[in-house]
Amino acid sequence: MRTVSLACFLFAFWLALSGHYTPMLITIGAVCAILCALVAARVGVTETEGHPVHLLRGAITYWPWLACEIAKSGWAVTKIILHPRLPISPTMTVVTASPRTAPGIVTYANSITLTPGTITVGVNGNQLTVHALVREGADDIEAGGMDARVTRFEDA
Amino acid sequence: MSLVVDLLSWLLIVLGSFFAIVGGIGLVRMPDVYTRIHAASVIDTLGAGLLILGMILQAGFGLVALKLTFILALFFFFTPVVAHALAQAALHEEIEPLLAEDRRGRGDGPAGGGTDGRQP
Repeated sequence: MRTVSLACFLFAFWLALSGHYTPMLITIGAVCAILCALVAARVGVTETEGHPVHLLRGAITYWPWLACEIAKSGWAVTKIILHPRLPISPTMTVVTASPRTAPGIVTYANSITLTPGTITVGVNGNQLTVHALVREGADDIEAGGMDARVTRFEDA
Repeated sequence: MSLVVDLLSWLLIVLGSFFAIVGGIGLVRMPDVYTRIHAASVIDTLGAGLLILGMILQAGFGLVALKLTFILALFFFFTPVVAHALAQAALHEEIEPLLAEDRRGRGDGPAGGGTDGRQP
């Protein structure tokens, strides 16, 4: 089932990138997509981690929320950078991620890094080491709002 | 209609350029490698994001816009990975971050690894 969905996604990607729609090229694209999907299935990378298509439904609401967070904290970092006295208070902290699957933890760690002002420096199991530009950034991560949001995204 | 789209895309492109410049300034002003990554992340989220959104409006509805969307998605998937790899490499080189406050000691202490955030 996942192999079929992977083949469909690959074929759609081919169509989007090619832009030439003669029967021969479309056939070549379809054959390539199916071959790639079969190879991926043989190698064993079509499971939940290699092709996390089940997360797509949650992503539709998660990505706009993340974009909003990025805009907010990006503006905060911009103000810090342009502030004459550069009011930074770098803080490092360790938080526990509650998503259970690897894609969930990766999404959480990447979301922390994407929001300006916080980076995930290390990942050990579900322990994330986070470097924050200001103390408030570390407080926000420790409060766990984003953690809860990612867990909801994972379960959707 | 096309005037509105043009104005909007110009607004997005100018805003994106503004954030890219701010990120550049931050890259110079920040004191150490970890804080500089924070400045750079303004460039590759807000800067690149708004620039590409503006370009999508310029391109109009079609394959070019779709490809620009792929580039945007690529940015949002790979820049955090790169930033993380850079910070992790800096930790392994034992570059100590300048910290106002260090709360790392409170972690549960993962088996094998230390509590400073370095991965085994």
